[in-house]
Amino acid sequence: MSRAATSEKFDDNARRALADPALQGALAFVEANFPARRRAVVDALPEFDALRDSARDIKAHTLAHLDLYLEAWEARVKEQGGHVHYAPTAADANRIVLDICRAENARTVTKGKSMVGEEIGINEHLEQHGIVPVETDLGEYIIQIRDELPSHIIMPAVHLNRQQIAADFRRVHTDLPKDRDLDTAMALLSEARTTLRKKFLAADVGITGANFLIAETGSSVIVTNEGNGDLTCTLPRVHIVLASIEKLVPTMEDMAQLLRVLARSATAQEMSVYTTITTGPRRGEDQDGPDQYHVVIVDNGRSAMLAGEFRDMLRCIRCGACMNHCPVYHAVGGHAYGFVYPGPMGAVLTPSLLGVDRAGRLPNASTFCGRCEEVCPVRIPLPRLMRFWRDREFSRQLSSPVSRAGLAAWGFFARRPWLYGAVTGIGVRALAWVGRARGKFGWLPLAGGFTATRDIAAPQGPTFQAQWRRRAGTQGVAEHARTVPSGNPHGRGSEPQLTEPAASDPESRP
Amino acid sequence: MAVSKRVGLLVTCLVDLIRPSVGFAAVGLLEHAGCTVEVPPQTCCGQPAFNSGDRATARKLAEQVISAFEPFDYVVVPSGSCAGQVRVHYPELFQGDPNWQPRADAVAAKTYELTQFLVDVLGVSGVEARVPGAATYHDSCSSLRELGVRLQPRKLLATVESLSVTELADSDVCCGFGGTFCVKYPEISDRMVGKKAAAVTATGAGLLLSADLGCLLNIAGKLLRDGAAVQVRHIAEVLAGDLDAPPIGMPAAAPAPTPTAEAKR
Repeated sequence: MSRAATSEKFDDNARRALADPALQGALAFVEANFPARRRAVVDALPEFDALRDSARDIKAHTLAHLDLYLEAWEARVKEQGGHVHYAPTAADANRIVLDICRAENARTVTKGKSMVGEEIGINEHLEQHGIVPVETDLGEYIIQIRDELPSHIIMPAVHLNRQQIAADFRRVHTDLPKDRDLDTAMALLSEARTTLRKKFLAADVGITGANFLIAETGSSVIVTNEGNGDLTCTLPRVHIVLASIEKLVPTMEDMAQLLRVLARSATAQEMSVYTTITTGPRRGEDQDGPDQYHVVIVDNGRSAMLAGEFRDMLRCIRCGACMNHCPVYHAVGGHAYGFVYPGPMGAVLTPSLLGVDRAGRLPNASTFCGRCEEVCPVRIPLPRLMRFWRDREFSRQLSSPVSRAGLAAWGFFARRPWLYGAVTGIGVRALAWVGRARGKFGWLPLAGGFTATRDIAAPQGPTFQAQWRRRAGTQGVAEHARTVPSGNPHGRGSEPQLTEPAASDPESRP
Repeated sequence: MAVSKRVGLLVTCLVDLIRPSVGFAAVGLLEHAGCTVEVPPQTCCGQPAFNSGDRATARKLAEQVISAFEPFDYVVVPSGSCAGQVRVHYPELFQGDPNWQPRADAVAAKTYELTQFLVDVLGVSGVEARVPGAATYHDSCSSLRELGVRLQPRKLLATVESLSVTELADSDVCCGFGGTFCVKYPEISDRMVGKKAAAVTATGAGLLLSADLGCLLNIAGKLLRDGAAVQVRHIAEVLAGDLDAPPIGMPAAAPAPTPTAEAKR
C-alpha cells in the first residue's frame, strides 16, 4: 500500500474494494454493528436531539466569532507558559513541528492519534528529516507499519481482520517467536503494548491532536480509549498539539456538552474511556508532564471554508457517525476515497483540501440518501454541501462530457413541454412495443452499467399525459358515468373502456 | 369532504413515461377522497439537473413547475423524491430571489407526497381495496428523511383487506437508485440494491411496495435479474385496488397471479 492521495481514482479504488472479500467482511461488521449500537445508546438518552441542537449551536457560535475565541485562547495558553504557532498551510505546520523537534535534538517522537497529523503528512515529513515517529494508537500503529492511510477517522484499521494484523506484526516484530499466539484481539493488543511501552519511555517529543481547544482555560482536550494519548503527552520532555482552527470551543461546559454527543455518535459509548485535559507545561508542583507545551494551529484551507458556503463543515467533531451509516462507505470502505477523510464528511472536506478537480468524484458518489445528516451530532447538512461541490464542478466544466451532454439534451426537451411530450410519446411507445413480450429489458443503450446486473422495466405504452388528454377529450358527458376509483385504462378489464387502446400498447390484450 | 379540493397532480417523469397506471391509481384515490384532480402540462421537477450541479436548468424547470401548479389548492406527487424536490429544495433554489422565492415557498408549502396528503391533509383513515397476500414496504430516503413520511403509507396499507404487511429489515437504508447515481456508479449501486433485494426476499413477502417509482424500478430490476419470485408495485396501485396492470417489469401477455404468499413459492 501507499499513503499517496488517490481521490481522483475513486472509481477504480471502489471497483477494487468491491472485489476484496477481506475488506467486504470488515465492512459488513461496521454496517451490521455500528448503526444499531448508536441507536441503542441514543434511544437511552431522551434529550439526545436537544443535545445535538446545542452542539450545533455551540460550534456555529464559535465559528462566527472564531477570531475572538482564538485570541482569548492564545492569551490563556501563553499565560500558562505554553507556545502557540500558526500554520497557514500543511507545509508550514510540518516545518514548525520539525523545528521544535530539532531544537530538542529529538530522535524519536511518539504520536497520539491525530487526523490533522494525517492530513498534513507529519510522519513522512519527520521521517524524511531523520526523526522516527511512532504511532501509539493501536489502529494508527497498524496502518503505520502497513504504510497505509486510515480507512476510518476513528477506527483507522477497521478495514483489516485479525489475521491480517497478526501477519503484519510477525513481519515487523522480527524478534517474535514463531509459536507466539496472535490469534485473539487481546494477544494482538498485548503484543502492541509490549512494543510501544519501550517507545513511550524513549521518546523525546510527544505529538497529539486535539478534540477541543478551550478558549476559557487555554486547554487542549483529547478523548481516547487506550490511554496512549496520556502517555504521549506526559512522558516526553516536549508536548506538541496539532489542532485545526475549528477545534475551538468557548468554555469547559461547552466541551462537556459536546462530549455527550461525541462518544455516543462515534462508538456508542456514553463517554470515551479517557478524557484528558492539558493546560500548559508541567508546573513546579506537578508530579509529571512535559517541560514544553506547544500548540500548532493548522489552517490549511479552513479560513476559506469559514468565509464561504462550506462553513457548516467546520462544525464537524470527527465522530465518524456519517461513515458508519453511509451505504456507499459500507460498499467500498474508506480507502476508496483516496485520502485521510472518507465517507460523507470526507466527500465534503477532501475537495477543499485537494481541490475539486482532484476529488470531485467523492461528492458525486452519493445517492443523497441523507442518512449521514440524520445522524450527524452537529447537524451538518452533508448532502447539501456535497451538492455545492457538484455545482462548482459543473460550473467549472469538470464533470464528464458525456453526462453534461446527456443533461443538456434532456434539459433542452424538459424545458419545452410540447416538444417533450411529442418526443417522449414516440420514444416510450417504441420502447413499450419492443419490450412488450418480456415487459423488461436486459440491456439498453446508455444504461449498460445498470443493465449489467439489473433489468429495466419496459414502459407500459403511451405516456400518462397522453392518456390523460385523451381521457379528457373523449370524456365530455361520459365524465359522470366513469366508475370510481379510477379511469385507469390499465385497470380492470370489467371497467368501461374510455379510450381507444393504442395499437402499440403492450397492455392491450389480444 | 365539505369543500372540494382542487389538486394538481405532479405525476413525475418516471410515472408519466414508464408506468402511467400509477398516475391513474393516484387520481382514483384522490377523486375517491373528494378531490378534483387536474394534470397541467408538465415534464420534470428538475431534480436530476439540481443534483448534477446544473442550477440554471434546475431553476428553469422549477419555474415551469411553479407556474403550472400555482393555481391549485394542493400539489400532490406519487413520489417522495419529487415531492421533496419541490417542498424542500425549491425554496433553497430560489433563496434570496425577490420574484421567485415567495412563489417557490408558496408552492412548496402546498406540495405533498401522495400518502402524506391522503392521511395528513385529507384525513383518510383507510381504503376500500382488497389485495390478498403478503407485502413489504420500502421507504424511499426522500419520503423518510426529507418529508418525514413513515407511518402514513403503513397506516393505509393496514386497511387493505386480506393484505399482510411485513416490515423490511434496514428499512431506513437506501436502495442505491439515487437518480443518476445508479448510472454513474453502477457497481456501487448494484451492491446496495443487492442488499436491499436480499432484505426483501428475506421477508418472505410476495409483493414489494413503495411510493417512489425510482426505487421500485431499481429494486425490481435486481429482483427480476435474479429471478426472485417477488412482484413489485407502486403503493398507489394497491391502495386503489388497481392490480390489472402487470407488476413492474412483467409482460402484459402473461398476467401474473395475484401476489399471495403461497404463489411465490
